[in-house]
Amino acid sequence: MIRATSRGFLWLGIAVILFLPLPAIGQQQVENCAACHQALPDGRLAEPAKQFVGDIHAVKGFGCVSCHGGDAPDTEMSAMNPAKGYIGKPTGTKIVDVCGRCHSDARFMRQYNPALRVDQVTEYYTSVHGRRLKEQKDSKVATCASCHKPHSIKAPSDPRSSVHPLHVADTCGSCHANAEYMAPYKIPTDQLANYKKSVHWRMMANKGDLSAPTCNDCHGNHGAAPPGISWVGNVCSQCHAVNGELFSKSRHSQVFVQMGIPGCATCHDNHQILETSDELIGTQDKAVCTRCHTGEDRGGKSAAAMRAMIDSLRQEYDKAHAILLKAGHAGMEVSQPEFDLNEAKTALIKARAAIHAFSVVTLKKEVDPGLQVSAKAYAGGLKALEELGFRRKWLAVSAVIILALIVGLVLKIRQMESAQKGSDKEGV
Amino acid sequence: MAEGMLKQFIERRNFLNWFLGTTAGAFVFSVLYPLSRYLTPPPVAESTARSVTLSLKPKEVKPNSGQIFRFGSQPGILVKTQAGELKAFSAACTHLACIVQYRSDISHIWCACHNGHFDLNGKNIEGPPPKALEEYAVNVRADQIVVSKKS
Amino acid sequence: MDMENRSPEHGKLWHWLDERIGLKDFEKLARKKEVPVHQHTIWYYFGGMTLFLFMIQVLSGILLLLYYRPSATEAYESIQFLMTEVQFGWLVRSVHAWSANLMILAMFVHMFSALMLRSYRRPREVTWLSGGGLLGLALAFGFTGYLLPWNELAFFATRVGTEIPGVLPIIGSFLRRFLRGGEDVTGATLTRFYGIHVAVLPAIVTVILGLHLFMVQKHGMSVPPDVERRGWSRRVMPFLPNFLLRDLVGWLCALGVLAALAAYYPAELGKKADPFQPAPIGIKPEWYFMAMFQTLKLLPAHILGIEGELLGVLGFGAIGAVLILMPFVDRRAAVGQPSRFPAAFGIALILYTILLTYLGYTMSPTK
Repeated sequence: MIRATSRGFLWLGIAVILFLPLPAIGQQQVENCAACHQALPDGRLAEPAKQFVGDIHAVKGFGCVSCHGGDAPDTEMSAMNPAKGYIGKPTGTKIVDVCGRCHSDARFMRQYNPALRVDQVTEYYTSVHGRRLKEQKDSKVATCASCHKPHSIKAPSDPRSSVHPLHVADTCGSCHANAEYMAPYKIPTDQLANYKKSVHWRMMANKGDLSAPTCNDCHGNHGAAPPGISWVGNVCSQCHAVNGELFSKSRHSQVFVQMGIPGCATCHDNHQILETSDELIGTQDKAVCTRCHTGEDRGGKSAAAMRAMIDSLRQEYDKAHAILLKAGHAGMEVSQPEFDLNEAKTALIKARAAIHAFSVVTLKKEVDPGLQVSAKAYAGGLKALEELGFRRKWLAVSAVIILALIVGLVLKIRQMESAQKGSDKEGV
Repeated sequence: MAEGMLKQFIERRNFLNWFLGTTAGAFVFSVLYPLSRYLTPPPVAESTARSVTLSLKPKEVKPNSGQIFRFGSQPGILVKTQAGELKAFSAACTHLACIVQYRSDISHIWCACHNGHFDLNGKNIEGPPPKALEEYAVNVRADQIVVSKKS
Repeated sequence: MDMENRSPEHGKLWHWLDERIGLKDFEKLARKKEVPVHQHTIWYYFGGMTLFLFMIQVLSGILLLLYYRPSATEAYESIQFLMTEVQFGWLVRSVHAWSANLMILAMFVHMFSALMLRSYRRPREVTWLSGGGLLGLALAFGFTGYLLPWNELAFFATRVGTEIPGVLPIIGSFLRRFLRGGEDVTGATLTRFYGIHVAVLPAIVTVILGLHLFMVQKHGMSVPPDVERRGWSRRVMPFLPNFLLRDLVGWLCALGVLAALAAYYPAELGKKADPFQPAPIGIKPEWYFMAMFQTLKLLPAHILGIEGELLGVLGFGAIGAVLILMPFVDRRAAVGQPSRFPAAFGIALILYTILLTYLGYTMSPTK
């Protein structure tokens, strides 16, 4: 890891910080910053030096001067001489420059993590944050150090990292959920609260599925911006591919663009994406279709018809499932119909996806086979229960036989004993 | 008079003996019948809860193909890779338990419900499935394919 | 069917066999056996009933062996297979389970009736002692057999049950380890219980049951002392065929009840045992252990500085000892004098058992 590289080259690099990126391997040179800083009574000056020990940059061999400049071996205050390249605490675009000096240099980064992207700075300046910073000199917007906590930066996969999937929402929320801080921007601050009610957060936090989306999966991370109305569907269909494809071919896709309303989010909301249910479709209470359609128009009628189809499939599936469960508990062999019923379950789930085509015909193609399979499985369960009835009939027959045998035996005993008595008397 | 009673007595006795014999015979039958059925080996020789013998022959499975089989009441998928290796997984997608299928065009196990992709180690590589498919052990015994759960 | 015993005319085969194995002696023995007839004759049937149900246990148990697999990974699955795939497998298993319960019930009735009627008097002490041994063996059969399906209920009940001997001083922890085949209830316990259930206990039972039956044959049925005191008419009936036919009627009734129980309340299997799951609420032992289980549950943690559970276990031991040593405790009955203690002891024990069993099934399991 430690390679001897010309120290002079290092100094030169820091001096011309903005013009000449520094392709130097981090090295464990003699660094005296921490010796004083860790002992300083002022927490602002001591804490960063203490925290930095666990920072990924420190682990890879970078020291304070890599970002802050200055003369590392110097043990005096003269180490922090601007003439020696010392820049103090960078702010605003300076932060981006400091980070980008290495992180935008493909040749440099390759030495550490060849797979890591090097376009974060470029991306950043396309984000709302970066544009405001550059164009309006807005110092309140997020820069690199707002999300990647300086001095304790960890890889995103490290659970202690502020940008680990589980912490991203809170990290973004530290500004975006702060109504006071966000006041000048006049945008809502309920995204974090809404997101935490969503199925995505539930999957992530409760089920530990780290692939569930958090803020950056839809908004981008370095190029963070709200998805545009016309392409929100593209973002969602990254994961929800089938639904997305069906939707893009559906009638709604065109109409929504014309109306200027977003695709998925119109029905499913944007941050508070709740777990879906069959109640979303149709013309009843919780149905989202009624936001545009009435029960009388063509769309409303289609919605009601699709709801009826889904409901009937679900009910038939449940009915078959229940009877098989009952038969199974009674000790009947129903694994074949149970196996068959898996197909109905698949059909039901496919049908739920097929709703996004918003066509009764398309839905019917998925529902009908499911109904057939359910009916078959139900018949299988019914047969098993009949077989159970047969057991009891069989029992009744054997009970009659046993009873007859008992009666016969009792008669036999009586007959035998009266004969015995008779012979005893004769004997007397 | 006494003769009539005697005759009646004998008749009653005969009837009773006949009755007893018949019911005893029926009784023995009602015990022996379930007993013999119990002793007859069932059509499936072993419990399929942990291992199942497929009705396919190893030769009948083409490379780069997959098929669904029954593992108790649950679906399983048997895949033969292009290299000719037999593999078996649970066929219930880890997302919402749809039945997955083999896509020979991309050599993936694929779930049609929400476009979930699994590689031929069962690992979820694309789409919503949160976990890998459970892999089963495949053994070829003579002319039979036996799939069993790994404990 | 019984006529040939009465007629001296035997076939050729009979004579052939008689010459070689001495059928005549058996015939004489059978003819000699008589059963006293009095108001308490009904209690004489319960011994035969127990024996009959034991035979059913042996037969159905052998049938179950054909499909059962004694290992933690396969036991549950093999029974599931037996219940669903094997024809009439449900019947055989249900009969085995129900007949076990009926057998223990019949055994308790048999024991308490022998206690009440003072049948343990000289010279039948050995009969009583061997009967006590058989009762203990039957309970051991029940305890070991309960675990074999390897379902959740049985697993946790066995864990609690094997915990109990652990409270005994000195040998306690060894005994628990010995029973479990390790520190905890595992697959090792299952194979151990299986071996005990199908090999060890049957072997011991064969010996003790043989002794018990031989003793009954040798001494004949005991006539209760108070029946004798009140002047017994000395009426008897021949065991063969009169009593045996009556026995047969009782056995058929038991068989009918068994079939009905098996068809209407087939033995359940429940969920497979998962040692890493917390114990489910309301785990229960078999009903004949319920009184003991409930006693231990209700005992305070410490009584006079001694561990409550230890005291409970010692108490069961003391009661068992008094019961089994009754022929030597009850000196008065031995000389034909009226004695109150055995009846009082028996009734108190029955009432206590019924009360605690009732509590065991009705008290909230979370208490």
